[in-house]
This record gives sequence, structure tokens and C-alpha cells, in this order.
Amino acid sequence: MKIDRRSFLALAVGGAAGTALTPLPWKLTDDSSIWSQNWPWTPVPEKGENSYAFTSCTLCPGGCGLMVRMVGERAVKIEGLEGHPVNDGGVCVLGLSGLQLLYGSTRVKTPLKRVGKRGQGHWKKISWEAALAEVAEKLGQLRDDNQSHTVACITGSKHGTIPALFKRFMTVYGSPNVMTTPSVGDTLEMALQVMHGVEAQAGYDVENADYILSFGSGLIEGWGAPVRMFRANSAWRENGTKVVQVEPRLSNTAAKSDQWIPINPGTEAALAMGIAHVMMKESLVNNDFVESYTEGYTGWKKMVLDEYAPEKVASITGIDKMVIVKVAREFAGAGKPLALCGRGNGETPGSLAEAMAVHTVNALVGNINQEGGVVAVPIPEYAAWPETGLDNTAQIGMAKDRVDGAGSDAFPLAASLLNRFAAGAMSAKDYPVNALLVSGTNPVYSTPGANDFKKAVEKIPFVVSFSSYMDETAMQADLILPNHVYLERYEDIPVMAGLQKPMVELTQPVVFPMHDTKNAGDAIIELSNAMGGSIGDAFPWESYEACLEETLGDKWDVLSEDGLWEDEAFQPAGWGEAFATASGKFEFMNPDMDLMPSYVPLNLEGNASTFPLLLMPFDSMRLASGFISDPPFVIKAVEDTILKGKDACVEVNPATAKSLGLADGKPATLSTPKGEARVRIYHYHGIMPGVVAIPRGLGHSADDKYMAGKGVNFNELIGPVEDRASGLDMAWGVRAKLAKA
Amino acid sequence: MSTQDDQTHAVSEQETEGPAAPIILFFIIGFAASLVLGWGIFPKLLYSQKHQPINFNHALHVEEVDDGCESCHYFREDGSFSGIPNLESCMECHEDVIGVSEEEEKFVAEFVVPEREVSWLVYSRQPDCVYFSHAPHVIAGKMACVECHGHIGESDHARVYEENRFTGYSRDIWGKNIAGLAKHPWERMKMDDCSKCHVRENVNQGSVQTQKGGCFVCHK
Repeated sequence: MKIDRRSFLALAVGGAAGTALTPLPWKLTDDSSIWSQNWPWTPVPEKGENSYAFTSCTLCPGGCGLMVRMVGERAVKIEGLEGHPVNDGGVCVLGLSGLQLLYGSTRVKTPLKRVGKRGQGHWKKISWEAALAEVAEKLGQLRDDNQSHTVACITGSKHGTIPALFKRFMTVYGSPNVMTTPSVGDTLEMALQVMHGVEAQAGYDVENADYILSFGSGLIEGWGAPVRMFRANSAWRENGTKVVQVEPRLSNTAAKSDQWIPINPGTEAALAMGIAHVMMKESLVNNDFVESYTEGYTGWKKMVLDEYAPEKVASITGIDKMVIVKVAREFAGAGKPLALCGRGNGETPGSLAEAMAVHTVNALVGNINQEGGVVAVPIPEYAAWPETGLDNTAQIGMAKDRVDGAGSDAFPLAASLLNRFAAGAMSAKDYPVNALLVSGTNPVYSTPGANDFKKAVEKIPFVVSFSSYMDETAMQADLILPNHVYLERYEDIPVMAGLQKPMVELTQPVVFPMHDTKNAGDAIIELSNAMGGSIGDAFPWESYEACLEETLGDKWDVLSEDGLWEDEAFQPAGWGEAFATASGKFEFMNPDMDLMPSYVPLNLEGNASTFPLLLMPFDSMRLASGFISDPPFVIKAVEDTILKGKDACVEVNPATAKSLGLADGKPATLSTPKGEARVRIYHYHGIMPGVVAIPRGLGHSADDKYMAGKGVNFNELIGPVEDRASGLDMAWGVRAKLAKA
Repeated sequence: MSTQDDQTHAVSEQETEGPAAPIILFFIIGFAASLVLGWGIFPKLLYSQKHQPINFNHALHVEEVDDGCESCHYFREDGSFSGIPNLESCMECHEDVIGVSEEEEKFVAEFVVPEREVSWLVYSRQPDCVYFSHAPHVIAGKMACVECHGHIGESDHARVYEENRFTGYSRDIWGKNIAGLAKHPWERMKMDDCSKCHVRENVNQGSVQTQKGGCFVCHK
């Protein structure tokens, strides 16, 4: 018998026919479809009973209440807490993605000591004991050499027990150099200090206002407490509140407003003054308020009437004269009008004269401390412990001038000027900065003039970061003492995001700490104890939790039960009692400090011939630009008109683009006096000719592969411009140039 | 040209001169072998055999408890179904050894004392792409456990768990019968089996939320 090709063919045909009559092909097809719909490597939530843990969000200053869905010990979803006064069940995209900050790859899992060069990212794991001992030794040495004042500390928030513990540590150690991360809240606090004579934050009763005039505030782009603002924005639509957005660019807020008034960048204060002019000229002001409760009105009125006639304001702002007059009349004619300021998400402080100008517009209609108006909200000052004695070294150190000049004769209103730190540290005019502690903030990324800031940090011999994440500042550190992330720790959050009542929230652990991390509060208490002497004496608490409980006193019971303490009884002070200025009245001007609401043009860096364009930043709810950077879920949600591939898009008016020969979607080089970056051109009719804009929150060099190397960091393209009055950074933009790449 | 053709012809004729191989034989061999492979060997290769961590005796437990299946497999307050009890539930009775069985002793020593959850193998777990809720079936539809799960409550041992090597799910979904034939609902739980009953009982074919029918009722 001969076996040939045909035999094999017969065998194969027989096999195929037989196989078709077995379940094999059909079963395998079915299985492969099940397999491919349930990739075994795709993580799925654990199965089991759901429970909820309650806490507060710390990812922005908004202070949303959160309920975290748990399966056993695993947090599986973050949801907004219903009934919470800030967010009532809502949550933003960043808050929603918080679990990636807990379980994600950017965590620092144990104390780390740098072994390579700064920024190289070579680390050695060390124990907490060794890490704290090293910090104690280094700081102890500086103190022994009477150099305690050369140690600086930067914290994220200004308020609450964690910043207060750092400040206490620095005081008993002997350094005045404690800085906080600035925002428009600082400028508004100063405005209230000058005009009301009180220490308070500006609260806005946005829910009850019936006419909103926003001077560039990103009302639905992160300004204030973002989720509260979403809800307010929805309520305005329903109850017919008119929203007028003054902004050079068609932002989301502008697009959703009832009237968008495009304005020349940086001239918002001039418009506010123009509106004041029309209101005063046409006698549309609240006479009761201005006559009985204000000081310096006549003088200021004269100045405004002389200098801010609508024609002149029109030429400054580029807004039609009639529009200015009409808005002024509408504003004054509304029942509860409210003017808001703080550009974008409010992370940049802006000019004090501008904040005062907008505040004055509110004052003229008498909406100070009224329903639907601006409320001076006292800052909860519970984190005030009894003074302990400063030893001699500490006293000498504390008597030194601050490296940032805050509180000096030049800047008497300022408590902290982070924007001046880099220059101070670089020049070492009075003394060098020998050590830096950083907690709850990422200044190497988020300070305007980021490259200069980085250079200043590189010069500091000893840098300690308390960051939970491997961010740009942590990358420059010698030691990282990682904090628990917010879902693992206790921390009190005094909410300072424009709410109209004093409110304190409690962040509570919903899971056990995942890694070998420590609450920054515990770290600082242990560090103090390791240093001993009068430093240790100032920190008598066993742990941060004990400190928190004792400090919050009767608030603790409420906070640990409800997660929220609200001053229910708080009523804004009446006009008779509200003002603690020298005159006891609302003051339009402060001649001593040569301060008044006015339009102070920004001295833009660079010259107009080299850099013919104006570059502005813009904010998006999908881009976190502060201490926290976008987790993977959020960066995925960024639209491709903002980030295309690895390039940030620069918004250019088609007319400008045409004159420069820049085609849509093509790469280009964006340069400013501070630096240059590769960007992609995006033709956008919503931005005025001659102005270009890029998003903030991109261009990270640290973090993980999802975030690093995408786009450009706006803070590297702009430098701080000092406000003569406040010392804070008043820059809203920078000169720039675009060229084909 | 013609010469060459003649030669080729001659050669091929020579080749076919030997005893012809019976083509049909090879066809039958191939046919039979594939049948053996498909019906006999393939199912054995496809599934691995696993044993439960504890050889659980349902019959014994059902006798001891007051509330039948629901004593251990109950609805939680939020309406979700508890499924297989967790260690905490087991420990309500078995904090210490209370009987005489070896399996219980093993359970207490290996799981209760070290407080380790038992990794039970779930025969009826549907793939993750399927959304199944007990509540509409048991509470609204008033179906008894046995209608879908069969007489598992009467078993005195935990049977072998056959895991599909490809998908990782239990053989019970496709059914013991590799041809996919089943007499009772608990013998097979594929999509067609769901829809067969839904059609027969004339239950709502659409999603309660969207009122739309089709895939998204179960594949959310």
C-alpha cells in the first residue's frame, strides 16, 4: 500500500469533517470571546459587601465631602457626600480619580535618601529613625552655628494644624522663613485688611446673588470650591441670574455665561474703575452705605471721575464705551449684584489694587456683608497653642529679616511671598538659605519662574520633602519623608475657598496606610522630640492625632462624628460693626500705604519688538495645576485641543496665525523671555488677535509615565512680577513669540 | 514537445500501477480521530480539576440552621446578595471547633485562627462582563434557590471544581455536557439559557432604567 499526498488530504478532510461534528470549534470560539471580554490582567473591583467611609477631599482648597465606597479594606470608588454644604453629592473629575493617587505608581513608599546627583532620581531606602535623625542632626548643626534663620520652610495651605505645626517648629527652632503657597485668597485677605481693617477671608454668597459680574474668574473652571460653583452655576441658569464674564478668551465659563465681554488682557481693573465711574456719575450707588459707613469716598470719587471716564476705559480695555455704561447700569440696577475676581482657578494672587477695585464695585452697591454679597468671613484660629519660651538661638534667629521680605517695611501687609524666595535665596543678600523643608506643595513646578526656583533650590545644601509623591520638588530633595496620602490620614481642613461661613472639615483615614509613610504632623512632632530642648518642649503631644484632638477641643467631637464643623450661628457683621479700620468705616483709600483701588498696568517682561504676542495661561477642570498633578484617568480626559500627543496646544487667533504663517495643528516654538517650548498650533476664534494661550497643569518632568513629558509647564515660561503694594506676584501673562518649529 | 508529454504520461501511469491506497480509509481515520479528540480528549484538556479549600457539607449545615439557604446566603440591607459567606459569617458559629468532623478542624486551624478568608471556588460565577442580580429573581420573581442552583443544598461534599484553562471560569457555566445539552437550568448557565427563561416567562426584556432591550440589560 502506498501512502501519498492524497492519503494525507483524505486524512485532513476526514479530520476537518469530524472536528466540525464535535463541540471543539464552537466551544473554543465561545471561550475565546469570553476570554477577550475579560482580560485576566484587567483589574476588577473586589467582590464583597459594600460599605462607605466618610472623609473630606484635600486635592484642592474646595473641601468637598466624600463618601468612599469600600469592599472590605479596599477603597473602590470615591463619591460626593450628599447633603454636604460644599458639594452636596457632587464631585469633580480629579476628586473622582483620587484612588489612583492612593493605589497608583507615583507614591513614595518609604523614607528615601538621595544617592545620585540632585534630580537624577537615585535613591536609597532608609528607616524613619535614620531619616529623622539625619534631619535632626543637620538642623541641629546649623542651629549650633547660629544659622537657624537660614532654614526655610514652605507649606501648602496657610491654615490648619499641619502648617501651624511647621510654623511652630520653625519658630522654636529660630527661623522666620516660613512661606505658604500663594493664591488670590491672599490678595483678597489683604484687600479686606486694608479696606475693612479685619483679618478675614472673602466669602461670596454666590447662591443668593442675582447678577454675577466676573472679572476673569473661571467660575466653572476651578475657581473657589469647584463643585459648589458648578451647583451655583446650574442654579443661576434655573433662577435666571445673569452671568457676565469679562475675559480676553472664550473660556468654558465665558461660553456658558449670558454675556461674554472680551477685554484686553490685564485691564480688568480699569473696567472695574470704569464701572465705578458710571455708577458714581449717574448716582447709582447705595447712598446709605457710602455716606454713613465709608471713609475717603469723596476724594476717591473725584479721582475716579477724573481718570476713569468710559471713553478712556474703553481705550484701555478695548470694550465699547456703551457696553461699559450698560453693564454698570445693569449691575447697579440688579437686586443682589456680585462682582468676583481672581483669574482662572484663582491660584495666582494678582494685583492688590485690582482686587480692591473689584471689591469697591461691590461696596458701591452696598453688598458688603449682605445676602448675595461679599462676606468678610473670620478665619478659624483654633491652631493657636500657648507660647513656649524661645531659647537664645531662636530669639536671635527670629529677629532676622525674612529671605522673602514679607512683613518688611516694603511689604508690611504680606505674611509670605513665595514669589520672592528664589531671588532672595539666589542672591543671598543678607544670608544664604542652608536648608529647606517642603510640605504639601510642589513649588519647583508650580511657582511662576519655575526654572529660577529650581536653580535656587539646587543651591540649597539640604532639602527635605514631605511629599507623598515623587514630584518635581521631591526630585530635588536630599531626603524624602513621605506623608500618608489624604485617604490614609487625619488632617483638619479650614475651608478657605470663598464660602460664606466659617467651616472646618476633617480628613479621616478610610484605609490603613499602604506603605511605610508617616503623617507629616507626626513626622514634625518626632523631629522636634529628636532635637530636644526647647524645641521638644514646644511639642508635648504623643502623636499628631492627640495634638489634633486637643487642639480642636469641642470641635473634635463634631468633626470626628460628622467630618464637618460649621459655625451655624455666624452672621456677617452689620455695617456699623463690620469695619475695624482707623476710621471704623469702610476705607476706599489708605493714604499711609499709598493704596487705593485703581488700575495698575503690569510691566510685562521682555520687549514688544522681540516678543510681539501676549501669552496667557488658562485653567481647565481636567488639569490639576497645583500640588497634585493629574492622575492617569484625568489626563486621559484632556481634550486634544489642549494636549495633542505629547504637545500642548497653543490657542492662536486664525488672523494672528495667518500673519505668522502658522498652520493649524502644526508644531511651533513658543518663546518668552523666560524660556521656550515646543507646542502645537491650535487655531481658535475664541482668543483675540495678538494674544495666545496655553493650559496650566502640563509639562511635568516628574511623576509617572502618564503625566511626565506631556506639554509644557506654563510656570517655566513666565516669571513673577512683583506687585508694589502687596509684594505678591501680579503677573497674568508674559510677552511671547511664536515661530515655526 | 509531444515527446515530452508522452514521457510524462508514461511515468504517471507507472506510479498508479501499484496497489492504490484506500482514500476512504484515511478519511475515516481522520474523521474518527477528530471525533475522539473533540468529544473525548478536548474536554479533559480544556478543564483543570481543582478542589475546594474545605470539603464543605451543605446537607449537614442545612439541618443545623433555622432559615434554610438564607441563613448563610442572604440579601444585604442594600439589596445586594451576599453570595458565599465570608469568614466573619462562618465564625459566628465556628469560632471554635463545634463538631467532630476533620474538615471543620482543618477549617478552624487554617482559616479561623489566622483570620484568613477562605478562597472558595464559585461554581456559578458568571464572567465579569455579565451583570447579574439575585434580587429581581429571588425577591421580585419569587424563585427558589433550587430552580437555578439545583440540589446543592443536599450535597454532603464539595464536588471537584473544573476550571476552564482558557477563560478561568467554572465548567458549570457551559455545563458538564460538552455538547452544551442540559435538562435542568442548573446544568448550564449560558446567555441562551437566561433568555430562554426570560422569553418563556414573558418577563421584562428591557432594562428597568432605560426601558431599552438588548445587550445592555445584562452587559452593562
